[in-house]
Amino acid sequence: MTALLTVEAVSKRFRGLLAVDRVSFTVPQGAIFAIIGANGAGKTTLFNIIAGAMTPNGGTITFAGKPVDGLPPDAVCRRGIARTFQIVRPFPALSVEDNVTIGALLHRRDVGAARAHTHDLLRQLDLFDKRHRLASTLTLPDRKRLEVARALATGPQLLLLDEVMAGLRPTETDRMVAILRALNRETGLTILLIEHVMRAVMALASRVLVLDHGVAIAEGAPEAVVRDPAVVQSYLGAEVV
Amino acid sequence: MIARLGADLSPRSAVPLVVLLAAFLLAPFFVNDYLLTVLILILYFAYAGQAWNIMMGFAGQLSLGHVIYVGLGAYVAATLFTRYGVGPWIGLLAAIPVAAACGAIIGYLAFRFGVAGVYFAILTIAFAEFARIGFDHLDFVNASSGLFLPVKQYAHNDLWLLRGAPTMFYYVILAATVFAFVLCRLLLHSRIGYFWLAIREDEQAARAAGIDTFRYKMYAVMVSAAVTSFAGVFYAFFYNNLFPEQVFGISRSIEIILGPIIGGVGTLFGPILGAFVLTGLAETLNALMGAFGIDLPGAKQVFYGVCLLLVVVALPDGVWPPLARRLGLIGEKK
Repeated sequence: MTALLTVEAVSKRFRGLLAVDRVSFTVPQGAIFAIIGANGAGKTTLFNIIAGAMTPNGGTITFAGKPVDGLPPDAVCRRGIARTFQIVRPFPALSVEDNVTIGALLHRRDVGAARAHTHDLLRQLDLFDKRHRLASTLTLPDRKRLEVARALATGPQLLLLDEVMAGLRPTETDRMVAILRALNRETGLTILLIEHVMRAVMALASRVLVLDHGVAIAEGAPEAVVRDPAVVQSYLGAEVV
Repeated sequence: MIARLGADLSPRSAVPLVVLLAAFLLAPFFVNDYLLTVLILILYFAYAGQAWNIMMGFAGQLSLGHVIYVGLGAYVAATLFTRYGVGPWIGLLAAIPVAAACGAIIGYLAFRFGVAGVYFAILTIAFAEFARIGFDHLDFVNASSGLFLPVKQYAHNDLWLLRGAPTMFYYVILAATVFAFVLCRLLLHSRIGYFWLAIREDEQAARAAGIDTFRYKMYAVMVSAAVTSFAGVFYAFFYNNLFPEQVFGISRSIEIILGPIIGGVGTLFGPILGAFVLTGLAETLNALMGAFGIDLPGAKQVFYGVCLLLVVVALPDGVWPPLARRLGLIGEKK
């Protein structure tokens, strides 16, 4: 498989704190790749660097053969990397439909065409019946799916998901897992996710990267990674094994 | 474009719209000169409020110095007319780029250097004040002694030169208000309108959705400034005198934005309704005080303050959104 995203020796320093320390990994085209690690391990920082919300202090990021590090977030999105936010940020006073239409208008001039595409996505994400509701009135699971729908509407090749399962009940998690898996299978969408919910990681990811204090300590298939002693020590704790 | 104008316009909202327009068209046949002047004033504020609303209501950029675009429009057109005999419509063609360029300068400085929120608002005030003081010392436009347009008795209305009776001015500002309404509706339902709303709602999320927020904020300021400049041209030719202290005064900026705030920021009817409520009631108050022989300078300002207070406390979204729900006209984008 060819590499869609290549992160090479990326570092980020906040004054005295080295949040991300020369992290390298490759996300193949069509993969579902997970980054796990304890709170403060540098996952969200790494994520923000890829999405263009932060500039790295060193290293390079290549997406689809072109460098994207240092690009502003809107330019990164136009290149084909869409993201969700850990703390969801829908456009609160707009309807569900308008929220997603805004994403769909990125590569479409015509509002009617964008709306038609929006309807398809809303059906896929079980939000079609709620399309006229204001985003601010949705429950958390719905808002999380709205966040995914808006990101998908921009037509990305790579979808970055920042803890979309956090705060969901197990049944809702399973639903989200099923949706993401279907997207990956049917459209070939590559997904990079940060996740705490191991149930979702194990069900989804084909490859897992483990961060600890900004350093990549393990990478591999999920089954192998959860047995890695270093990973158990730093993050999972003994009860998972 | 035309087809889109009527799109998702239900008969329920189309009928009142047509009735309202008909009432406006027929109004001059039923009202006296004084009331006609009040109506002109209401429409003037509805128009300017609509223009301001593009920037604040749609794109979420608070301008408290919008008077700068009114003033520039007024001075450009009036200067061209008095010095070179250029008519107001040609003058408008010059006023629009001048105002848009001024908006672009303010926008560029603010958005490039991350001046946002209240600091952006302060920057807009600073520019308006700068213009007021600048024009007060600019001899080319007669500085503080004021610029006067020649006034004489006209046998008939000259629409091309905007010289004539109040009825003509009434229809001109009515047409402008309808134009602004239609323009705003088209903008709000277009790609650019959606991007503006996204920026208003959450700029960081808008950027994450791929929107070049700098570019679209620039468009908002420039379109808003360009539309506002006509209010200035109209002002100059209707009042026939321009004093920097008045034209660029901060209280004028406040007057422009009170209408949309009271009517409903970001709505299409808010600016019109707000102008009606505010100017209509203020003039009623004036007339009542006149009838009872009460002379209280500043009563209008106090009245504006009370209105604003009531709306902010009781109807934080403005008068229009709850009214629209009452009338069953929801569906208008907020």
